[in-house]
Amino acid sequence: MLTNIESKDAITLIQVREERLDAHNSPELKNQMLALLEEGKHRMIIDLQEVRFVDSSGLGALVSGFKNASARNGSLKLCSLQPQVQSMFELTRLHRVFDIFSDRHQALSSFQDLSGPA
Amino acid sequence: MSERIFLHISFPYETGYLGLVGKIGEQLALSLNCFTGDRESLAYHVNLVLTEAVANAIEHAAANRKNPLLQVTVRVENGLLTMRVFDQGDGFSLCDVQEPCDDGLAEHGRGIFIIKSLMDRVSYIKLDDGYVLEMEKNLY
Repeated sequence: MLTNIESKDAITLIQVREERLDAHNSPELKNQMLALLEEGKHRMIIDLQEVRFVDSSGLGALVSGFKNASARNGSLKLCSLQPQVQSMFELTRLHRVFDIFSDRHQALSSFQDLSGPA
Repeated sequence: MSERIFLHISFPYETGYLGLVGKIGEQLALSLNCFTGDRESLAYHVNLVLTEAVANAIEHAAANRKNPLLQVTVRVENGLLTMRVFDQGDGFSLCDVQEPCDDGLAEHGRGIFIIKSLMDRVSYIKLDDGYVLEMEKNLY
């Protein structure tokens, strides 16, 4: 699983550098997110700009990250979904679960109004 | 004359082959002249359902399976696209699949729902030495 991880204003941005997010590589993403959460990085953005394909395992990994972040009073948001990837969130109704932003700047801005523990 | 294609793919029970199998299906769908709808979407869906079905077969494969290779066939004939994924696992019930809830936070269980949503017919059939998940899509 190829990812770029950077931090900005106590927000961790994970850019997935893979064309596919499927049962082969999604467990690794799930573990990466969990490791960051356990380091105390509870505000997270997953940038899916380069992901053209996501299957149910990929969706499951993101749900896992979302649940683990929420359990720590944190937040996991998504940005830059390609149309076919967005359609998978709509088909499975997960677009109603996640905060999804058109780009990383909007996702970063959305954290500015957040208060409480991070 | 109607378009006829038949592919038989055999490969190890490993998730590292998901991308290859999915892309073979995607490229086949992109080449279908008989399909007059949105070919890009069809190709994406073929990639997706093959990926889901093969991942499912790998996950549920029996440890003592006779055949070390997973078998997938893709057939185009008489305006029908039929994909079959053969597994040597313990089987499951298609009826167990539930629609996702609006606040559904399950980490598993969406694969068969996705297949059933995107295909016109899905069946899971018991064979002498395992099961076959058959997925059909009308091309016209």
